[in-house]
Formats: sequence, structure tokens, C-alpha cells
Amino acid sequence: MDIVEHYLYTKEHEWINIEDGVGTVGITEYAQGALGDITFVDLPHTDSEVEQFEQLTSVESVKSASDIFCPMSGRIIDVNDKLSDDPGLINRSCSDKGWIARIEIADMDESSNLLTAEEYSSYLESLDRNGVVDTDE
Amino acid sequence: MTLSAVRRTPLYAAHLALGAKMVPFSGWEMPLQYPDGILREHEANRKGCSVFDCSHMGEFLIEGEAAASGLENIVTQPLADQPVGTCRYGLALNADGGTIDDLIVYRLAPKKWLVVVNAGNIDKDAAHFRTHLAPGTAFTDVSHATAKIDVQGPLSRDVMVSLVPGVRDLAYYTFGTFSLLGEEVIISRTGYTGELGYEIYYPWDRAPKIWNALCADDRVRPTGLGVRDVLRMEVCYPLYGHELSEDITPLEAGLKRFVDVNKGFIGREALLRRDKDGSRRLIHFISVNRRAPRQGHFLYDAGGILIGDVVSGTFSPALGIGVGMGFIKKEFTGAVKNIIFGDEKIRVEAQAASRPFYKMGTLRN
Repeated sequence: MDIVEHYLYTKEHEWINIEDGVGTVGITEYAQGALGDITFVDLPHTDSEVEQFEQLTSVESVKSASDIFCPMSGRIIDVNDKLSDDPGLINRSCSDKGWIARIEIADMDESSNLLTAEEYSSYLESLDRNGVVDTDE
Repeated sequence: MTLSAVRRTPLYAAHLALGAKMVPFSGWEMPLQYPDGILREHEANRKGCSVFDCSHMGEFLIEGEAAASGLENIVTQPLADQPVGTCRYGLALNADGGTIDDLIVYRLAPKKWLVVVNAGNIDKDAAHFRTHLAPGTAFTDVSHATAKIDVQGPLSRDVMVSLVPGVRDLAYYTFGTFSLLGEEVIISRTGYTGELGYEIYYPWDRAPKIWNALCADDRVRPTGLGVRDVLRMEVCYPLYGHELSEDITPLEAGLKRFVDVNKGFIGREALLRRDKDGSRRLIHFISVNRRAPRQGHFLYDAGGILIGDVVSGTFSPALGIGVGMGFIKKEFTGAVKNIIFGDEKIRVEAQAASRPFYKMGTLRN
């Protein structure tokens, strides 16, 4: 599974890539695989404020709707408009072109509440051992 | 409800080998989708040929005197004039006019029928049939001995003819007995996707041989229950547990043309009384965007007044928008055009639409 080394992760399977105080947020390979073909992304509003681990948006696949949580608090400064017409971009490139939003990070210390790539990787393995992981993973 | 182990069809190993995501469905472990995903499976069905394992569904054999068998009294469609070799879709109702199940009756011979029912309803259907069939009418539940594969899509005739030349002239809602890979099988021109298609019935243990032969054809893609649900919603077919239930009459569900009120059948009087008193009605609607209505969402009028609830909904890959079906409460009898669906979190604008949503199906080609 593709886990980008310098991103940070949540146990809800979101990632954040922090550069110069701005965090780019998306969902992980595990999440997109579990959702299946994504058909709709409810893009958040630019300039709105979001709290760490609070709902950022929701994503729908053919068979389900899932809430996406924000890895860190901040103000939304950009959203990925491409997802309006092409939500499948998340399936094809969840860690890169399928990013969802960029936030101006409010409190950099919150990053200590997140998992490193290594920790997230171990977390996925523990899910696997506990049989929580979907059968297609 | 009986608690029992999850059952597996004879194709369970084949699904695993194909990488299917298996899910529980009506007491069975069934393929939800295969690795390429529901959108690719949808395209295969609408443009090519898809195959579904439907071995979980129920089949009953009934033998007896036509007029006196009691079968006519169980099913809402007239059966006396049904020609041998044809299928009829109908419903079995309870005494209150609610729906026990929807089913297809195959007339195998003047005194012999095959009735195909939903997997989740096999036990209660069998009890209902046994109770209401006349003495001297033989009833056999052959569900566990009968596998079924659905072959569906505009290329399904070409695929089927390459294995069984005789199906070329099979007309819509008719069937025949054919030899397929040395097995005697029943093949009908029926389906649940709105496309040209066939259903094959054959002995349980022969299933892998026939499935593998179909899947070996490059034009064929295996498809799961996930896309099956999407496909049936695009053409507004009811699914038991959603548009139909013990509490819902077929008239409420918009299935009037499958109910012959000029003949006698169980539930007829209650059905007519409920219809006369005014009842909820099923509406079909499309979202203004890609957002999908879901079972459990509510329906509101344009002013935000709660008018009903959603029973089925999905993103429609064919239309590129959300589509859904729901019941409008009987108090709201007027024409409904602009509606809103959603829950405590979302509200999405939608419009009532004529059925089917997807109008280009090759069903009758």
C-alpha cells in the first residue's frame, strides 16, 4: 500500500502534507479502497474554519456516504475543484492529485496528535490482525 | 427469524479467485463487487455483457390441476391463460394486501410451474405456498438444489448463442429447456437490469462449469450485487425490503399492471379497500447533482415540509446524477415536482421524474 513517508495520518484514514504552515489534506489508499468508486465530494467552503478531527467534508461512493475529518485545525484556503466533475480522481491518485482541501494551520503543535507514516503503517497492520480490514485490502 | 450459519453459493470459490469483495446478503455470503469496481461493472452491463451469481434466490416446483391448484389464488397475475413456455411477474400478498414477495411464475407444462422468489423470503414464501396450495398439489422447494446465473447486457444474446444456439429466438419473458455444456438447463429471457438478458437455472453442483465457461468469453465481465442494485434502480425495478414489504401493497409501489383485480387472490379485498381509502404512493426522483439519495433519507416539499421518506437511492452512472425512489405520505396527494431529500446533515434539491430513469435499455431488443 502506498503510504507517503513525509505525510502525517489519522486513524480515520486521512493524510495531511504540511509545507510552510499550509496543510494539504486527502484520504489514504486504505480509505479509497474501502469506499470503492467515489461519485461525489461535498467540497468544503473556502475561508471556513475547521477544528482538528472535526468533519471537513463528506465523500460518497456508489454504495455509501462517509464523513471525512480534518487532521488539524485551521482556515480552509483552497479546495480541489477538479473533484466536482471528476471525484474518481481520488480513486486514481488519492495521495497526490486527489487532494481535497488546503488549510492554513492554526496550531502546529496539533501535529503531535497525528501518526507518522511508520505509525500509520503499523496501525493498518493491527487492523488487519484484528480482522477489521475489508476483504479487498 | 432463524439464526443459521451464513450460506455460500456453489460459486463462492470462483468469486474469491476473482478477488470479489464478499458481503452478507439475506443470510448468504455474496460478491458485492470485483476488483475493478462498480462503475466498470456498470459499463459492462449497459454496453457489453455481465454475469451475476444469483444462486441464492429461491425456486419452487409446483404440480397439480391448474384451476384447482390454489396457485391462482396466491399470485396477483392471472395464470389460467398463461401459455406453457412463458414467464409472468406477479406478487403474493398477505390478507392485509401487503406484499409477502414478488416473484416470477414459469409455466413448465399445463400442470407444472416453477416459481422464482427472493432469497431472503424463501422460508416464509414456502410456508405461505404450503398453506394455500390445494390438497393434492405437489410443492417442492428446490432452492438448495438449483443454481442460477444471470447473463445481462446488449451483447448477452451473442454470448449465449455461442454456447447455446437455440436461445437466439427466445422472446422476452419466455423460456426453454436447452443443453448447455452437456447439462440440461432452463434458460429464460428475463432479468433485473433493464438490458437484454437471460437467466440460467441448472443443478447446484454444475455451477462452476457454466460460470467458468461464461467468464472465459472476453466479452463477459463478472458483476456483483452492488451494481445489480444500481442497475435495477436506474430502471425503477422494485427490490423487496425497499419498495415492497409485508406492509406495502403493490398498488402503493406503482405495480398496478401486475395486479389483476378482476380475479380472486389472497389480499384482494384489503388491497382495494386501502387503495380507496387513500394511501402512500411511490415517487421517482432525480437529484440536481451527483449527490445520491439513500434509504433512510427523508423527503420534503420545496417549502421544507416533511412529506415522505426514501426507500432506495444511488448515484446513477448512466445519468451522472443521484436517483431515488421514496414513498409520499397519503396526506400529500397533490402533484409533487420539486422536492428535497436529506437528513439532519444534508438537504439536496431534486425533481420528480418519470420511470425508468434510464430509458435506453436493450431489454426488448
